[in-house]
Amino acid sequence: MSFSWMAWTLPTALFFLTILALIVAMGVWEYFSPGGNPRVGVLRFETTRGDRLFISLLGSAFIHLAWLGLVGPSLWWALALSLVYAVGVFRYV
Amino acid sequence: MNKTWNNKAWFMVLPVLVLVAFSAAIPLMTVVNYSVQDTFGNNQFFWAGTAWFEDVLESDRFWEALGRNLMFSGIILAIEIPLGILIALNMPKKGIGVPVCLVLMALPLLIPWNVVGTIWQVFGRVDIGLLGRGLAALGINYNYVNNVFDAWATLIVMDVWHWTSLVVLLCYAGLVSIPEAYYQAAKIDGASRWAVFRYIQLPKMKRVLLIAFLLRFMDSFMIYTEPFVVTGGGPGNSTTFLSIDLVKMAIGQFDLGPAAAMSIIYFLIILLLSWIFYTVMTSGDETA
Repeated sequence: MSFSWMAWTLPTALFFLTILALIVAMGVWEYFSPGGNPRVGVLRFETTRGDRLFISLLGSAFIHLAWLGLVGPSLWWALALSLVYAVGVFRYV
Repeated sequence: MNKTWNNKAWFMVLPVLVLVAFSAAIPLMTVVNYSVQDTFGNNQFFWAGTAWFEDVLESDRFWEALGRNLMFSGIILAIEIPLGILIALNMPKKGIGVPVCLVLMALPLLIPWNVVGTIWQVFGRVDIGLLGRGLAALGINYNYVNNVFDAWATLIVMDVWHWTSLVVLLCYAGLVSIPEAYYQAAKIDGASRWAVFRYIQLPKMKRVLLIAFLLRFMDSFMIYTEPFVVTGGGPGNSTTFLSIDLVKMAIGQFDLGPAAAMSIIYFLIILLLSWIFYTVMTSGDETA
């Protein structure tokens, strides 16, 4: 079966592998510390670590879009900012 | 009590996973792949980086269509949700009226989107349509083909006609599940009609209202068929919503790269708004 119609590129493959790795890592984390560690953070509603990953990924997507629209096409700083944001989300949300 | 854990049950989920992979994950990954490349067909792709995303973010066409989408969803939600609640509150709770009302309410939901579009397209026509001719006879200058306001009014009334029933049926399901004892207690306390609605019926309808709100928001934000059939996106671009613009770009112009970039941004906006609505509407329950 050929998947050439999916038009894979190295950067997009790496992107999806990273997402997959994150999900697998969350599974492993859940295995060793079950329950999802629910807590109420700065957003004042209960989040599990799955929610925090979702908020991190969705927020990172918008950080990248905003950077692209407002600053320019070099996205390394956007990536760095997203990582800081994700750490913040996992720490405080 | 010790629960029996049997992880083999996870295999039961496998068919669904395969289905979701083919219906959602693989197409989504393909769209992401397309969004960073350019193609002239023949399965030949050229790397374009983030160029299409920049194009979309800088185009007035995208922001205007997004504005129209938000306005459309806002208007229909502001009409359909209160109207749906009002109708559900006034529907009979027992007797022959119940099945009659339920069937009548379900009828518009059974009609396919393109048929709804065609019905309203003919209904509103000034030359042969009942609505168009009727309004003309009343001396109202109505023409959805060349008047922006009329085109919008037609689409909104059509959507309200088509989908308010969904809100009604969901709210009705919430209402009939309220035990009679609640109403008796309210009566003993001398609660007003408004108090009964505010403190008994509305809280009990919260879950179903959330579902109705989310379904109607997502559906109206992705609306395509009805405006395509009724107005074709016109007059001018006045009813060109994101989905119509997207199809024009992807299939009309065969610009797969920009169309893919636009779909991803569109998808992210829907995801964000749905998540916000869901979180806001459910967070109250958890803390309560």
